[in-house]
Amino acid sequence: MQMTGAELIVNVLKEQGCDTVFGYPGGTVIDLYDALYKEQASIRHILTAHEQGASHAADGYARATGKVGVVLATSGPGATNLVTGIATAMLDSIPIVAITGNVATSMIGKDSFQEVNILGVTMPITKHNYFVTDVNDLADVLREAFQIAKSGRPGPVLVDVPKDVQTALCDYVPAEVAVPAPAPETDAVGLEAALELIRHAERPFLYVGGGAARADAMHPGVAEKIVALAERLDAFIGSTFMGLSVVSSEEARFLGMQGMHGRYESTMANKNADLILGVGVRFSDRATGKTSRFAPNAKIIQLDADVSEINKSILVDVGLVGGLQQTLDCLLERLEPQQHPAWRDQVAALREKGVELRAAADAATPGAITPMQVFEVLNQVKQETDIVVTDVGQHQMWAAQYTRLTLPRKFISSGGLGTMGFGMGAAIGAHIGSGERTILITGDGSFAMNLNELATAVTYDIPLTIVLLNNHVLGMVRQWQTLFYSARHSSTSHGRVTDYVALTKAFGGEAVRAEDAASFRAALEQSMLRRGPTLIEVAIDPDALVLPMLPPGGGIDDMITSKEEAYS
Amino acid sequence: MNRFVIAAYVENKYGVLTRVASLFMRKGFNIDSLSVGETESHEYSRITLTASGDNATRDQMVNQMQKLHNVKRVMVLDENSSLERELMFVKVRNTPENRAEVMAASEIYRGKIVDYSPETLCVELTGDPGKINAFVTLMKPLGIVELCRTGVVALERNRSITA
Repeated sequence: MQMTGAELIVNVLKEQGCDTVFGYPGGTVIDLYDALYKEQASIRHILTAHEQGASHAADGYARATGKVGVVLATSGPGATNLVTGIATAMLDSIPIVAITGNVATSMIGKDSFQEVNILGVTMPITKHNYFVTDVNDLADVLREAFQIAKSGRPGPVLVDVPKDVQTALCDYVPAEVAVPAPAPETDAVGLEAALELIRHAERPFLYVGGGAARADAMHPGVAEKIVALAERLDAFIGSTFMGLSVVSSEEARFLGMQGMHGRYESTMANKNADLILGVGVRFSDRATGKTSRFAPNAKIIQLDADVSEINKSILVDVGLVGGLQQTLDCLLERLEPQQHPAWRDQVAALREKGVELRAAADAATPGAITPMQVFEVLNQVKQETDIVVTDVGQHQMWAAQYTRLTLPRKFISSGGLGTMGFGMGAAIGAHIGSGERTILITGDGSFAMNLNELATAVTYDIPLTIVLLNNHVLGMVRQWQTLFYSARHSSTSHGRVTDYVALTKAFGGEAVRAEDAASFRAALEQSMLRRGPTLIEVAIDPDALVLPMLPPGGGIDDMITSKEEAYS
Repeated sequence: MNRFVIAAYVENKYGVLTRVASLFMRKGFNIDSLSVGETESHEYSRITLTASGDNATRDQMVNQMQKLHNVKRVMVLDENSSLERELMFVKVRNTPENRAEVMAASEIYRGKIVDYSPETLCVELTGDPGKINAFVTLMKPLGIVELCRTGVVALERNRSITA
């Protein structure tokens, strides 16, 4: 079938199972948008306020559905505005395909209007990228882009298509949906070594990361296998930030997030374990603290599909490369049930201590409503299918510590890159992809970065509750300044007087202020009844801290668990 | 710190060297030498690089390179069973006092004098990096004017490798 390159892009998108794209039109993608116009019945285009919002929306879409998210942008500034979104997806291994227009091939390299070498710009932040100069290559390049995005360890792929390639005529021959390359076979030598270590463990601890989340999205059932393995070994389960919502927070063996702002019991169980089984984790500095003091008493086994993760940040005793689904099956097949009553008692004591510490820290937190109370209310009001999205900062860590998560892919946040301003776009994309109600937990710093996407949420009538924890400061950096820079609050007390309620209303949304737990509950319940975005501004004390905290560069034993310790 | 030689078969396409170089930059890998050229197949180029570091660094380099889409195969070459060569041109000051020494040294090192001018002599020398370094040390006191080296190319002995 003869068609233009632009029409071919739309046809390949359809063929690859894409029914939604996020984007923003511009000079070098007019042809692509013209082709989309004719195909609106089969591909829905979501127009955001800014290309960055579109990139985060494609990312949120992918995180909520497990499918590949697609984002379109024009050349030059359109393309560079995607950069933060692409880097966010790269660091968290999220499959997205970004398609950018570029100036015509005859104009390349001449500093033409809105020309930028986006291939060079995005090379370090994509799994792979393409500059297509021949329309006859376009279909296969796009198919390969989808395949790369979702194969192995997923990630972003960018395809840059000059304007004349979009207008050139070519033949379209339909093809099948690209199948991801199979995960690597479980390494037999690593398996035997791992079994040997596991059989001798007395205090086993499973430490689950984003790799497990991605594996479970591709092969539902991985999460259940992790829990089954923990039961078999009488082990406990902790999670990295990216591993949250893989295992239900209600699961009896789950101790919560560990690391810099992890739960006391999870971080301490990790420290006291004699065997750590990392399941799709990359031993990020935020999860390990100082690596030389990480898990001092333990043998470490690392399960990962990506061989380059083995020994990257931490030297492990056994690197077990392979697709998680198969690797977990192999372990379950070969391992006998274990009983570790002493370990159970030890963890039960850690748990008790954790509960005490949290209650004490909460009691010491000033304000008419504390962060912990916000999440107590949220956990009571939200449905388990609701998707919780966060921005980045203190609110994000409170959300990670306190949100009840019982279903996979219901917690969406920028972990690796820590992108403030991620939340609005991601929340919109998560709803568009899943159809579920979304709740954005944000702070005044992050929200102010990309609140322009309120316009998008209103236009598309997104059932979105925005919980704005407003402490009128850039709280996370301020917390560091308070604790480690003798309270010199350099540029973190911004002094803004933005009226977020009026602002949200000006965009066409609903908004209300909550002063305490009761009014917050009422507002939250109300917001759940309506479509369209509702903002609930909750006043948080600027001195509320995220605790526990491992000081930067410190080990697990340096954990700060109370306000007194923090200020001492 | 061990020195090692890595050989990679990469697609012979535009931008591939940039991808590999960009990887080294962002991962903070230091490389000592790098050479690229076509192989037995027009479709592939071979990148030979030398670097030093511990085994974990070496494995990271290989594993990270392997993840690049255009990189088809990466090998660490075993020093004992590989051929390693480098080519150098070195231009040395041509004076009555050192002329004989340059010529004698280049003969012993199996080099060739490939250019002769009233001011300079140019020696072409092939060998492993150790031999090249030794020759450079020898020439230094005589006055090196200019020098260029290709970086190492290396091939395993007696084993056929295809990408």
